[in-house]
Amino acid sequence: MSTTKKTLGRRSFIKNVSLAGGGLVIGFNYLVSCKETPEAKALGMEMPKEWFELNGFLKIGDNGVVTIMSPNPEIGQNVKTSMPMLVAEELDVDWANVIVEQAPLNTDIFTRQLAGGSQSIRAGWEPLRTAGATAREMLKQAAANTWQVPVSEIETKEGFIIHTASDKKVGFGEMASIAAKLEVPENVTLKEKSNFSIIGTSRKNVDGKKIVTGQPLFGLDTQREGMKIAMIVQPPAFGMQLTSINDAEIKQMPGITDVLIIDSYTEDQKLSYFDQAAFTKLAVVVGDTTWQVMQAKKALKAEWELAPEISREMNIFGRTSTVNRPAGLENTSEHIKMMQEIGVDKATLARKDGNPEKAFKNADRVIERSYSCPFLAHNTMEPMNFFANVTENRAELEGPVQTPEIMEKSVSERLGIPLENIDIMMTRMGGGFGRRLYGHFLVEAAVISKEINAPVKLVYTREDDMTNGVYRPAYHATYKAALDANNNLIGFHVIAGGIPESPLAANRFPAGAIDNYLAETWEVPSNITTGAFRAPRSNFIAGAEQSFLDELAEEMGKDPIDLRLELLEKAKNNPVGENNDYDASRYIGVLELVRKTSNWDTSTSKNRGVSAYFCHNSYVAQVLDLEMKGNQPKVKDVYCAVDCGIVVNPDAATNLVEGGIVDGIGHAMYSAITFKEGKPEQKNFDTYRLIRHNEAPEKIVVDFVQSDTDPTGLGEPPFPPIMGAVANALYKATGKRHYHQPFMASQELKG
Amino acid sequence: MATYNLKVNGKKHQVDVEESTPLLWVLRDHLGLVGTKFGCGIAQCGACTVHIDGDAARSCITPVSVAADYAITTIEGISENGDHPVQEAWLEHDVPQCGYCQAGQIMSATALLKKNSSPSDSDIDDAMSGNICRCGTYTRIKKAIKTASNQNLS
Ligand code: FES
Ligand code: FES
Repeated sequence: MSTTKKTLGRRSFIKNVSLAGGGLVIGFNYLVSCKETPEAKALGMEMPKEWFELNGFLKIGDNGVVTIMSPNPEIGQNVKTSMPMLVAEELDVDWANVIVEQAPLNTDIFTRQLAGGSQSIRAGWEPLRTAGATAREMLKQAAANTWQVPVSEIETKEGFIIHTASDKKVGFGEMASIAAKLEVPENVTLKEKSNFSIIGTSRKNVDGKKIVTGQPLFGLDTQREGMKIAMIVQPPAFGMQLTSINDAEIKQMPGITDVLIIDSYTEDQKLSYFDQAAFTKLAVVVGDTTWQVMQAKKALKAEWELAPEISREMNIFGRTSTVNRPAGLENTSEHIKMMQEIGVDKATLARKDGNPEKAFKNADRVIERSYSCPFLAHNTMEPMNFFANVTENRAELEGPVQTPEIMEKSVSERLGIPLENIDIMMTRMGGGFGRRLYGHFLVEAAVISKEINAPVKLVYTREDDMTNGVYRPAYHATYKAALDANNNLIGFHVIAGGIPESPLAANRFPAGAIDNYLAETWEVPSNITTGAFRAPRSNFIAGAEQSFLDELAEEMGKDPIDLRLELLEKAKNNPVGENNDYDASRYIGVLELVRKTSNWDTSTSKNRGVSAYFCHNSYVAQVLDLEMKGNQPKVKDVYCAVDCGIVVNPDAATNLVEGGIVDGIGHAMYSAITFKEGKPEQKNFDTYRLIRHNEAPEKIVVDFVQSDTDPTGLGEPPFPPIMGAVANALYKATGKRHYHQPFMASQELKG
Repeated sequence: MATYNLKVNGKKHQVDVEESTPLLWVLRDHLGLVGTKFGCGIAQCGACTVHIDGDAARSCITPVSVAADYAITTIEGISENGDHPVQEAWLEHDVPQCGYCQAGQIMSATALLKKNSSPSDSDIDDAMSGNICRCGTYTRIKKAIKTASNQNLS
């Protein structure tokens, strides 16, 4: 077997931590994110050093059973299955003997829990395999010492250690306790990719059985002795704040034990980016059961007032920046007007190649189109919730959150409890999509528990969850293309912005493919809070750009795939400008693949749209067919080609891609959150439309580009481009271009 | 407060709650059966689906007073060992992503298949469109229902 040497300064993150009771226990970094990701960079993040602490453990018992303990919670991306597959591959163990466990709370060895995220596989690719290989080496060494043979003559296979010359073969379990006494080796060798036997094969979700039998897995399922239920009452509108409550009446209601006002964050508290919360002064109702608290919460009388302008410093991983929230009650109608009217005068330059002004001046024709999308609520199926038990100087917390490391600091800061006395246990999450990065609800639960001096589970109703902010921002983009008399594309101009942040990615395609290129950006502040939402920014700009390219191809009399390929060939062979942050050949690869799988050139299907995009280090191209049933579109087939490097768990990866496609179709067609006098006009699923069974595609065909490249993101990349494919197919089906999401704004609701 | 006798998954329970209390919260808070999920509270998402006398029902809007006289089945009770053909089909197709909606999806699917052992695509759409999956597993759910539909459901 040819090998790759890996040192990686491993001593710092792989340790022999074997405890009493036998077997070999290796501690390692489950999620070492040493490489700075572009997404983190965009947010100005530096990866916190603490993430390098040991947090994953691999135990080989004397009985040969391998337990991989993962501190990583699952938000639906199946990392709880696919990340242990990386460890098991290098360990050379039979997958059937592997048990994956969520790390238990308060063990001696788990000091911290940490954030997950869409970069999990990418970040864990080498460290996790190295951990597996290290354990394998130690087992081999133990056998070599025991049998008095050179370690180079020893092999491993499916959980066995073999010495062919002396005809010896034992299970891992027999050597585990001996291996536990050895030093961790300095160098280990990783397998050649061609020798993988677990990576690249489909393995079922390790929690599948628990899910289909309804076992307690989620934060909302937490039940403890003496636990109270708490709910918040928040201002009815963004731009308002709580002044007082009249609790006399509801204190008499059955089961109600406390009614109080809390400040989830104090005014002088240091905040991180993930502490952002729409409302920090909250009325809280506490009682014995959920239903009792829900009833009392509805009956609570509270007074509100207009909130002043707020300006606060936030620590964005070491960099302090000021976040401003203007005063006032905002309206969607005004937002739309503002976004349409803001033009070149307000925008700032993001990138310029060649002489775009001249190109537009000399143009024979200029095509200009504008696109927009509304705010969106994440709407994870499991509403925000958290359990907290805070005593004098200790805090025990449990629930669904993606940033426990960071929120632990917030709790410490808020309640003056030292970090080492705070434990956060993460539960499986009923969806994330970015919402649970912002863990204010965890801090709220801790403050409530401290105030009432009892263990408590904070539960948001759907209405609380949907009207609590941290939305996907509203975005707008205007594209202009200059064509000469021969229909050549001689200039390209994009002005994009949003409330409160811009979606522009100035160095992505078609930057690099057009000689005269101009990108400008603008932002308008708002008191409606926003945050990361599956594929931030890309989730709008991809669809807008890909719709514009479709229209451009039509104007130029070209096949839409051909036009993209021509531009990409130019970017590949003769790129314009610098810092083009995509690989044109991989882009071409997915377009060529989807052209083949969808039978683009020969298909008789009339209403098809194509789209392609690059984000989170992966490339996706999609073709979507639809049919009109009356005035309602019905998506028939979707073909999707993905290049995300090596695919660790193909069936699970396919599931994730299918989900991204369904999600993207749904949000492009149906979903929006709108405001009147600061009030969200949608509060539950009767008015907020999510895609349903009958609207899902009939068939989704997913193909992965065969690749030897290390794995890259998959949770987010399939989501943004499909919105362009929907718009382009809708045009074919209806003869009408769709520029503004949601495309089916006035669809009736179904319960 | 009033006392209600409930029959859940074949077992008898007595609970002391206000009569307006939805079955969902009786199951979750009083009986510790947390497999039935809360998603919206207004019969719009299907996460709370159970069977009442064999029919799919949204437990979030079913007052305990109404449910008391009937046989109630929850996700925990559709099979002894998690081997109901629908559960097995779900595993075969590796349906769940986050998994939160799936108990409700399975309850709606089993109720459908009990009435219609080989549902068409549009039968499935009709029976399942009240169950939202935010993760977008709809195409797999349809495949799993078709796999289970060829089997004998008791
Ligand atoms: S919780 Fe009952 S239908 Fe949503
Ligand atoms: S699997 Fe997450 S909501 Fe359906």
